[in-house]
Amino acid sequence: MIHKANTMNLLYTALKKIGLFSFKSYQLLLLNKKFLVGLVLVLSVIAIAIISPLIVPYNPIEFNISKRFQPPSTTHWFGTDNYGRDILSRVLMGAPITLLLGISSVAITLAISVPFGLFTGFWGGRIDEVLMRVNDTFIAIPSLFMALLLISMRSTLELYLKIPTTWWFDPYPVIVIGVTMIPRATRVIRSATIGLKNEEYVHACKARGETASYIVFREILPNIWSTIIVEGGIRIAYAIIMGSTLAFLGLGASPPAPAWGLMIYEAKAYLYLSPWSLIFPSLALSLMIVSFNCFGDGLRDILDPRSRRSILVE
Amino acid sequence: MPCKKSLARHPLNQGDRKPLIAILRVLPQRLAIMILTLFLVSVVIFSITQILPGDAAYTSLGQYASEEAVKKLRIELGLDTPVWNQYINWLAAFVRGDFRESLILGIPIRPILLQRLGNSSVLGLLAFLEITCLGIFLGVLCGIKKDSLLDQTVSIFGFIWLSIPEFVSGSLFILFFAGTFWKIFPAGGYVAISEGFWPWISRLILPATTLTLILLAYVARMTRSSMIEVLRSNYVRTARLKGLDEKRVILRHALRNALMPTATLLANNFGWLMGGIVVVESVFSFPGLGRLTISAIHQRDIPMIQATVLVVAALYISANVAVDLLYMILDPRNRPD
Repeated sequence: MIHKANTMNLLYTALKKIGLFSFKSYQLLLLNKKFLVGLVLVLSVIAIAIISPLIVPYNPIEFNISKRFQPPSTTHWFGTDNYGRDILSRVLMGAPITLLLGISSVAITLAISVPFGLFTGFWGGRIDEVLMRVNDTFIAIPSLFMALLLISMRSTLELYLKIPTTWWFDPYPVIVIGVTMIPRATRVIRSATIGLKNEEYVHACKARGETASYIVFREILPNIWSTIIVEGGIRIAYAIIMGSTLAFLGLGASPPAPAWGLMIYEAKAYLYLSPWSLIFPSLALSLMIVSFNCFGDGLRDILDPRSRRSILVE
Repeated sequence: MPCKKSLARHPLNQGDRKPLIAILRVLPQRLAIMILTLFLVSVVIFSITQILPGDAAYTSLGQYASEEAVKKLRIELGLDTPVWNQYINWLAAFVRGDFRESLILGIPIRPILLQRLGNSSVLGLLAFLEITCLGIFLGVLCGIKKDSLLDQTVSIFGFIWLSIPEFVSGSLFILFFAGTFWKIFPAGGYVAISEGFWPWISRLILPATTLTLILLAYVARMTRSSMIEVLRSNYVRTARLKGLDEKRVILRHALRNALMPTATLLANNFGWLMGGIVVVESVFSFPGLGRLTISAIHQRDIPMIQATVLVVAALYISANVAVDLLYMILDPRNRPD
């Protein structure tokens, strides 16, 4: 089967071992142009995010009033903003922040919605019905409004969760976005579970007298990995959009964090004076979202080809 | 139609399911579910904003409020009574249509809410119109001319557009169309239509177009793929073989069936549109419901937050029910037996 032990082969065997792929060859993965472009983009975005704290030319939060509103030049490639901060440094530092926001909120979503969806789907009956009615209630509130509602209770959250906040990373918007995405993700996981519930191996397990958690985690979970991966992949872009939107509305990251949404909000006040302070963070943010959208869309085309779900996940 | 009579008795015939009767039959059930959902939504909103530990008085006044001020506001908001009592009073007020008073503005919420809702609806409707017309037009065009240069351009640009958040495209629009480059439109605000048509529409075009962009790509893409599918079907071939001209085949035979998935997409993303309106209103300083919500959150105006979110949820839920019923009218297969 595998003739050459190159990296792609190794990756493929590794992924196959944990039951990620149901198709015959990893070449299929590489045939999908959208996935390939997305993968390259996402990997470069991640690489930039990792090295950016090491290569920032200036301190991204240091004020330098004598150098306000400087247009792009050889010393400041992207120009400077209203406090004289170097925009290139801020855009670079924004990359790990945004990436962390996207990935950690999706991690929160999946950590809760996967077991929740698995168990309700598996149990079925009354419990499922009641839980899903509750779940649908949360879906009946448009997600941005749900996020706004939760973030408006921020002081309460702070009082009880007591998570330390650093100048560059604020965990509360991440929690809010993660929680907001749970009900919609749960639905997807649940319906995938229901699709497998009547498979023979599940019945066999029941007949053997296995416990519900064994069947759910050992039998059903390995078979819905692709759904979970697609769900997570698609939601990262969405979480990034939501996080930067909250920052733009003044409800997410707080100054002086170099979050792109916040930078765009600050730049809007000096729009005509220094358009570069708006354009560069906008480009960076859009590029990151395009990468994850492309990646998630391609992933879905490969792993879950039947679903016609658009990547808009409202 | 000579065979109509015999078909009417056929069990598979769906022609006798009149749309009105079908709707009347499911309406009570749908309304009941809608009211139940609304009720549960009100419980959710109430529990998040008012019951959660560190209650509304605390949230309104902030971390450094004095004990006395918190106590006074607690009594004012009725937070010293049992939770159930609070909830029933709160809900009863909404059901009566009394939205209480804003904590910050000190005026009744209902008039301002309704006025802002009106403004937002104008914006939302214009955007919806733009999305539907442009999206379907582009989708049909790309579907007919599959894989042409136009098709590829639309699909690539569409993909990029739908990755750009509204606040980014909105701010860029202001930069390009309301500022240094071309000063065609005002940068924001809103005036009533009574002030003149151009002042009114010029303040709506940029926000509505910003709202349009994200969904436009989806609508075009969805219409395109279902158009391609329908054009491959047997009945379109039959229509063509009958000698109908291509325009008629597309407009009368293909389009109608191709639009169902598009309608579903539009309906499913109504919530997205509502979220988009919040952002766009903030970008363009448009006095709508979304901006009211945002300023209420910034000012910790709990009654205002509750009222706006509840109204938005109610709109969203009723829109979903309306779409459900619309399906039944459009497609007999969705009607109950």
